[in-house]
Amino acid sequence: MAFAAFGSSNAPAAAKPTRSGKVVIALLAPGLAYLGAFFLTPLFALIMVSLEVPDPTGGYAEYVPAFEIGNYLYVIGEYLPHILRSFGYALAATVLALLISYPLAYFIGVKARPRPLLQKLMLTLVIAPFFISFLLRTLAWKQIFSNESWIVSSLHDIGLLAPTQYVVGTPFMVIFGLTYNFIPFMTLPLYTSLERLDLRYLEAGSDLYASPTKVFRKVTLPLSMPGIISGTLLTFIPIAGDYINASGDFLGSSSTSMIGNVIESNYLQINDYPSASALSVLLMGVILVLVTFYVKKSGTEDLL
Amino acid sequence: MAKEFVARGADLELKQIHKEFPGFTAIENLDLHVPAGEFFALLGPSGCGKTTTLRLVAGLESPTKGKIFIGGKDVTSTKPHERPVNTVFQSYALFPHMTVLENVAFGLRQRKVADPLAKAKDALNLVQLSHLADRKPQQLSGGQQQRVALARALVNRPSLLLLDEPLGALDLKLRREMQTELKAIQMEVGLTFLHVTHDQEEAMDMADTVAVMNLGRIEQMGAPETLYDRPKTVFVSKFLGQSNLLVGDVTSTSANSISIDVAGNKISVPKNRAEKHKGKIAIGFRPEKATFSSKKPTTSSSKNVIGPGEIIDIRFTGVSNQYLIEVPQLGNITVFAQNMTHFAPIEVGAKVWISWDVENSFGLSDLPAQNEKA
Repeated sequence: MAFAAFGSSNAPAAAKPTRSGKVVIALLAPGLAYLGAFFLTPLFALIMVSLEVPDPTGGYAEYVPAFEIGNYLYVIGEYLPHILRSFGYALAATVLALLISYPLAYFIGVKARPRPLLQKLMLTLVIAPFFISFLLRTLAWKQIFSNESWIVSSLHDIGLLAPTQYVVGTPFMVIFGLTYNFIPFMTLPLYTSLERLDLRYLEAGSDLYASPTKVFRKVTLPLSMPGIISGTLLTFIPIAGDYINASGDFLGSSSTSMIGNVIESNYLQINDYPSASALSVLLMGVILVLVTFYVKKSGTEDLL
Repeated sequence: MAKEFVARGADLELKQIHKEFPGFTAIENLDLHVPAGEFFALLGPSGCGKTTTLRLVAGLESPTKGKIFIGGKDVTSTKPHERPVNTVFQSYALFPHMTVLENVAFGLRQRKVADPLAKAKDALNLVQLSHLADRKPQQLSGGQQQRVALARALVNRPSLLLLDEPLGALDLKLRREMQTELKAIQMEVGLTFLHVTHDQEEAMDMADTVAVMNLGRIEQMGAPETLYDRPKTVFVSKFLGQSNLLVGDVTSTSANSISIDVAGNKISVPKNRAEKHKGKIAIGFRPEKATFSSKKPTTSSSKNVIGPGEIIDIRFTGVSNQYLIEVPQLGNITVFAQNMTHFAPIEVGAKVWISWDVENSFGLSDLPAQNEKA
């Protein structure tokens, strides 16, 4: 259900075993086979691995199938700060991205409507960063805020940062990087829903004694809710699992590690596959619960 | 100002309104006064500036020059939400994310009127839609949406209700019903209605006063009967019903009437029914005021006679027949005849003389354009 938030189709599926029904099944088959082979099977394998225990006779990084629920309790106990941090960062970055993207998308989708050229230019500017690798752009920010950079020395000079404080490696830097990297994923869905916004509703609102602020709250915001929902989901979910921005090689440090970083180090460095898998399943489960709750709560299911 | 809950309509005054959009002038030096409690119609073809006028009054556009007064107060520079005005939009613009009841209660909630839902229900009762209060607007038919839009505006008891071609999307039968209903509601609530339409029948049927607009100016204003009986310009004579126009130089003037010569025919018009008394003028008459006969009628000073002409087309429209008669050197003349009694059938090709009372002629202030058929 949460996934329905990404699509805007609300066509009810016909369930009659007609000729066209057979065609539909035939058309669906490749997709279903793909999902089965490359989504359900790995998911099942992941869950199985998350329950494995170390091979009592084997050596380092060898595990045997088991049903060890304790793996989950272990990772929660061990990595709770990282889990909370991940969702905290994801929440902060999503809110920031929304606050930055909404006015931007409103301008492109509503204010710039009479000027299609400006509209296209601005949309291109939103998408343009995608032409450069995500890693390169993140490294560039690291350079810009590096300890020897002009910005940081200026901040030291004017006393906004204590002489021993730096920017790279702080939560601020990680949230900044996450926000920056995911803004287009917020802006584009917002733009699509604001671009379709019928301005006559806004006129009707102001004709019915609503001040511009009220019109925004009572008309514009509810009508752009589908865009807000898909935008926030498209940013929140990948941010919660992101491991580039928070990694010490990029904008973060050991004190900013998120679940992604923990999974990475468990899997690739200390080869603790069950813990890495348990964290992955946990991450997925928490996101699923949060998103379901969010979509229900926002009461926009009929708009999706 | 919008906080007041007015019970009666207010008057509207536009003074020297001028509105320019990039590249064209929509309204030119418009003066208009709509008395309180009146049903006033702005009638004109599309693009004549009538909708722009309405939007200026609602505050959705601001005039390039000029002032707008509602109930004697200058509202020219106030925002739409501060004006005691509500609009029934052509597209209805019902909020899709709210129920019908919430749509109607919207304006009341904004003004913090006590018990908005009960008042909204009353308004829905007035338009006989209370049973659909919990539906979403998109689940309603066009006619129902139109009535919700009307209720949403009326419930606020605005000093001035603006109607932007609200009946345009309805089918003929429903439109007639809504016209009757609208007029009844207006009488009942006593509000000032400003109705914009391009449907002349709708305007004449409902309005106390009709202003005919063309190219950003008001051509003529008055009671529907006056406008129809005595149009002053070519545009009004053609837009409001049909007219036959004859153009010629004034050749003789008597105490009460003036006459022109049109291809050898003497056509007269009473002086008090003519805008111009000298030079080249256009005289018109309504198709239903004329009769034709196969014998030349005896000439008299109270009748205008032209002919002979040839009937080139007969159209049966139920209550009347419309005859198109080609008169050499005069052009085509239309005559309507009621199907009152059974009379000797007249066929295409018959030679006839056309006559009408001088009293039914009207003299116009301008001349039809060269390419326009008289």
